Amino acid sequence: MEKKFIYADNAATTAVSEEVLNAMLPHFTKAYGNASSIYKLGRDAQKDVEKAREKVAKAIGAEPGEIFFTSCGSESDNWAIKGVAENMAKKGKKHIITSVFEHHAVLHTCQYLEKHGFEVTYIPVSSDGFVNPEDIKNAIREDTALVTIMYANNEIGTIQPIEEIAKICKEKKVIFHTDAVQAVGHVEIDVKKQGIDMLSLSGHKIHAQKGIGALYVRKGITLPNLIHGGAQERNKRAGTENVPAIVGLGVAIESATKNISEKAEIITPRRNRLIDGILKLPYTRLNGNRNKRLPGNLNISIEGIEGESLLLMLDLNGICASSGSACTSGSLDPSHVLLAIGLKHEVAHGSLRLSIEEDVTDEDVDYILEVIPKVVERLRSMSPVWEKMMKGESYE
Amino acid sequence: MMYSEKVLDHFSNPRNVGEIENADGVGEIGNAKCGDIMKMYLKIDDGIITDAKFKTFGCGAAVATSSMATELIKGKSIDDALKLTNDAVVEALDGLPAVKIHCSVLAEQAVRSALSDYYTRQGIDPLPIIGEIKMPEE
Repeated sequence: MEKKFIYADNAATTAVSEEVLNAMLPHFTKAYGNASSIYKLGRDAQKDVEKAREKVAKAIGAEPGEIFFTSCGSESDNWAIKGVAENMAKKGKKHIITSVFEHHAVLHTCQYLEKHGFEVTYIPVSSDGFVNPEDIKNAIREDTALVTIMYANNEIGTIQPIEEIAKICKEKKVIFHTDAVQAVGHVEIDVKKQGIDMLSLSGHKIHAQKGIGALYVRKGITLPNLIHGGAQERNKRAGTENVPAIVGLGVAIESATKNISEKAEIITPRRNRLIDGILKLPYTRLNGNRNKRLPGNLNISIEGIEGESLLLMLDLNGICASSGSACTSGSLDPSHVLLAIGLKHEVAHGSLRLSIEEDVTDEDVDYILEVIPKVVERLRSMSPVWEKMMKGESYE
Repeated sequence: MMYSEKVLDHFSNPRNVGEIENADGVGEIGNAKCGDIMKMYLKIDDGIITDAKFKTFGCGAAVATSSMATELIKGKSIDDALKLTNDAVVEALDGLPAVKIHCSVLAEQAVRSALSDYYTRQGIDPLPIIGEIKMPEE
C-alpha cells in the first residue's frame, strides 16, 4: 500500500484556494493603498473592501451595511456576546442563554461575563447532539439579554434547529446570535428568512486566509465599539483594513456558497462510506446524529485506544485528522462536546473526527478505510484497557 | 505540539511492547478516565531485571515514556531501577512538552509499582523499600 497524503481536517482549517490567493496577491504589492486615503490608490482599496462586504452579505442573505470585518470567528463571537451584554446590562438585563457544547470562543466569553455579574444558562444537548428549542423557550426570562447557539457543532457536525430557536427569540424579543463558523459554505444560510440577529463567520474554514472573519449584525442592533480609534468599519472597529484578507474572504465566501448542494452530493456518500467502514470495527460508535450533520463531518469513538496515539499513527500514514482526546486539548478532560452528549471520559478519549471536502476522492476513502483498522488493531494490541475489555473486566 | 524525534521514534517503534508470561512483578498505574494507563511486566533473576515489557493506553508521550523506561531498566539491578527518575526518562527522550511531563512520572511510577509487586510476591513488605506509589500531580 503506497503512502498517501490526505487532508481530512477541514474543520480545523483549509488551504487558501488558488482563486482566493490570485485575488489577494495584487493587494500586497500593487493595490496596496490605505482604504482611508483620498487618492485613487486608497479609493480603489476602499471599493474592493466594499465589494467584498457585498459578497459576504449576499452569501448569507444580509445587507452590506450589516457586515463588519473582524480578525477571526472568535473575535466575532466575543464582540457579539460582550457587546450585547454591555448594552442590555444598562436596561437591567443580565441573563444569557447558550448551550453546553458551544465553541470555547462562546463558552469562555460567557464564563467571563459570569465573573462580571451576568447569569448564564447552559442548555444541555440531546445524546444525538441537538439543542431542544423548547428548552430555550423555557429558559428565557424577563431579564434575558441574549441567546447564542451555534449553527453547527465543530466536533460532531450536528446542525442545530436555528430557525425554530430564532422564532422563539423573536417572539420573546430576545436577540439571537449564532456562531456559524462551521456552517458557512456547507449549509444554506439566509439570515433574513431564518430570523438570525447576529452571526459569526471565519475565513480560514472556507479557503480564505487565517486572520479574517466577519460579524453580521442586523440593522437596528447597535453594538458598542470594539476597537477605538479611526473611523473604519463604520466607527465600530478601528484599525487599517486588512485589504488582501478582506478581498480574499469575499472571493472565498462567494465560491463556498455557490454550489452547496452539489458539493454535499459528492461529499455525503464518501463520508457515509467512511462512517460505515469504521463502524465495522467492534466497540465503535458514531457521535452525533447521522443525517442532520455537516456533509463532510464524521466523529467516531473507538474504545480501548486513546485519540492522540491514533492521530499520530494516522499522521505516520499521511492522514491528517483530529480528536476530542484530552491530550490534544492541553487539558486532562476530554472534549466537552463529547461529554455533553453523554460519553464516558474513557470513551471520549478515543474519538476521531474527520472533516472532508470534495478533494478527498473515493480512492482516498478506500485508503483511509485500509489504514484505520490496522492502526486501531495495533493500538488495541498494546492497550491494557482493551485487554480488560476483552476479558470482560472493568477498567474504570 | 512538539515531540522530539526520539519520542516519535519510541512511539512509532515502541521497544518491549507486550506481556511476560510468569512475570515476577506486574505493576499498573493511571486510569482510563484521565486517558493514561501503563502496565509493566518484569522478569527478575538474582536481583537483576532480565526482561521488561509494557502495555499502554495513552497518548504518544505515554507510549514513548513506557518504551524508554523499559529500555532504561533492562539488565539493571533492582536498586538501580529504583533510582530511575522521570527526569532521566525525559532526558533520554530528548525532552517532552510541558503538558506531557506527567507521562514520564507515570512511567517512573509504573516501574516502582511492578517492583513493589515483585517484593509482595516474595513475601517482603515493599513499603519500606519502595515507599508509596504516587500518581503524578496533575
